[in-house]
Amino acid sequence: MSSLHHIHRRRFLAGTAALAAVVALSACGAKTDAAGSSDKAAKIDVSGDTVKVGLLNSLSGTMAISEVTVRNSLTLAIDEINASGGVLGKKIKPISEDGASDWPTFAEKATKLIKEDGVAATFGCWTSASRKAVKPVFEKNKSLLFYPVQYEGLEESPYIFYTGATTNQQIVPALDYLKSQGLKKLYLVGSDYVFPRTANKEIRAYAKANGMTILGEDYAPLGSTEFSTIANKVKASKADAVFNTLNGDSNVAFFKEYKSAGLTAKSMPVVSVSIAEEEVKSIGTQYLDGQLTAWNYYQTTPGAANEKFVKAYKAKYGQDKPTSDPMEAAYVSVYLWKAMVEKAKSFDPEKVKAASDGITFDAPEGKVTIDGASQHIYKTARIGKVGSDGLIEQVWDSGKPIKPDPYLKGYSWASGLS
Amino acid sequence: MTVILGQTFTGISIGAVLLLIALGLSLTFGQMNVINMAHGEFIMAGAYTTYVLQKSISSAGISLLVALPVAFLVSGALGALLEWLLIRRLYLRPLDTLLVTWGVSLMLQQLARDIFGAPNVQTRAPDVLTGNITLIGGDDPLTVANSRLFILGLAVAAVVALSLTLRLTPLGRRIRAVVQNRDLAEVSGISTSTVDRTAFFIGSGLAGVAGVALTLVGPIGPTMGTNVIIDAFLVIVVGGIGQLKGTVIVAFVLGVLQSVLEYSTTVSVAKVLVLVGIVAFLQWRPQGLYTLRTRSLV
Repeated sequence: MSSLHHIHRRRFLAGTAALAAVVALSACGAKTDAAGSSDKAAKIDVSGDTVKVGLLNSLSGTMAISEVTVRNSLTLAIDEINASGGVLGKKIKPISEDGASDWPTFAEKATKLIKEDGVAATFGCWTSASRKAVKPVFEKNKSLLFYPVQYEGLEESPYIFYTGATTNQQIVPALDYLKSQGLKKLYLVGSDYVFPRTANKEIRAYAKANGMTILGEDYAPLGSTEFSTIANKVKASKADAVFNTLNGDSNVAFFKEYKSAGLTAKSMPVVSVSIAEEEVKSIGTQYLDGQLTAWNYYQTTPGAANEKFVKAYKAKYGQDKPTSDPMEAAYVSVYLWKAMVEKAKSFDPEKVKAASDGITFDAPEGKVTIDGASQHIYKTARIGKVGSDGLIEQVWDSGKPIKPDPYLKGYSWASGLS
Repeated sequence: MTVILGQTFTGISIGAVLLLIALGLSLTFGQMNVINMAHGEFIMAGAYTTYVLQKSISSAGISLLVALPVAFLVSGALGALLEWLLIRRLYLRPLDTLLVTWGVSLMLQQLARDIFGAPNVQTRAPDVLTGNITLIGGDDPLTVANSRLFILGLAVAAVVALSLTLRLTPLGRRIRAVVQNRDLAEVSGISTSTVDRTAFFIGSGLAGVAGVALTLVGPIGPTMGTNVIIDAFLVIVVGGIGQLKGTVIVAFVLGVLQSVLEYSTTVSVAKVLVLVGIVAFLQWRPQGLYTLRTRSLV
């Protein structure tokens, strides 16, 4: 796994010529720091009547558009839990840190949260690159991270709980959906880092086994805003659909260019796995009308738990603020942690982990259950269509929560992936 | 065939963006020898000006048109202020201007973050600019995005305006005189400090115009300036410092090269190939495509 991380990291660095030196230097700094730390479990500060938890999100930089909303919903969950008495009689005290869309910074801040603040658990990260950067920090210090975003799978860390979808809960259902609609010639567009490259490898393996063709595969540096050539290539390919794994606000530039090139949801639909309601709003619905997304939750998902969640979020952050899948997964992660701590009757990460299997929560997306073996959760897959009001309407769902399968062991076509 | 034409146009449109971001810099860096790292932040100021205007003017088309002169003035004023506060003390120390303006650039980024928030924002493009024009119809149509045509037009207009100003106006003659021989200009009765400040105002103002154009392409954020500043310096160094002609030619050549390579390889490979090309070119012509001949003694 770690060699994979390095390869992608290098590719990413190569693309950002000027910043590369700075990033690489600080990466070295962060690494030595993590390596230099002892293998002893971090000390959790439970003196007094509060327990600290870390919130680690990008509040600035290219990912802030997405990650600020996650921080908001984490705060909402913490406020709700505190209002109803806290966890094991202690109020939760969040310590918020800015990862600044920069992976070495994430590693640095994670170390700070664990070692200086003595947090009982940390919630956050969005890009796979940031998760890969903090993974060794959490493993070294035996501290827990709750990761709320869908990702490319092929990972299980004993100190990470994954509350977003893994591949078989999002990307595979999205491909199944495209296949069922007769959209068999795909063009892959993604940001140049871990998640899109791994996801596209999986998509290629799926396509090969299912009689689909991949007409092209293009990556743009994270944060890139120059998409005219990629739009031209996509257009010339005459694909049935585009599978979009771009992250952050590159999507703004991509969809502007897509529309300028005369492509529409009718002529060539784009299925995106990283654009939720918040991004739809800021990209502009006129660019996204009718395009597809694959997630486990939409603001429009029916159910009493969701109505309560949406109402509480809007009351706190504004009536015009939508809720989205990663926000929901983040919100759920705090409640799952609470349930685990209460079952374990301890904040100790080892005891919390041991108590995790089978913990359930009536989440806004429907009932979720922790699979203790993989530390992922059972989730329902949903395909949605962006409406002109900026909300996403579900057009298909898997009917029941899908068991997480991060290594795609249940799929024969995935046997060559690692 | 359509593909080649389409890619050439794409290249020209990338070139137009490069030209707009480099044009102002070619005045402040090329003519005045000031390595202004805050130029990118003046571009950002122009983009945020567009954003602010769009919030107060409901019609996207009108707000964009209003934004062009207003962004020119806002960024120009920022540039003149920077010149008056810091740069005029540093004209004989070009390397120090790099450090000082880099510090200013970081401060301006933080300021933008404090005023507008850390997440990037977007503007709505006027409806006319979101569509495209079909140049060649049929099965394999060649379409050209209206927003790109607008940016191209803007770049051409900016170049024409700048070169006419430099060539025909008394101010332009004074700027050229100061560039060619500062001391001689001074003893001839030209107020070099006024000329410096005016030139800086124009160069920074052009950055503001580039910022308006960039809102049509992508998001607006505190770090958008750092994303483009390297490209701008590349264009000027390769074009030949102090040469408007070189800047124009190199911007379009790099744009077309980038888009053609991107089409046949990938985005990252194209970037690497372009940089390798630039390094090779500078080995051959370290002074860039064109050089300024002056009577200056230094």
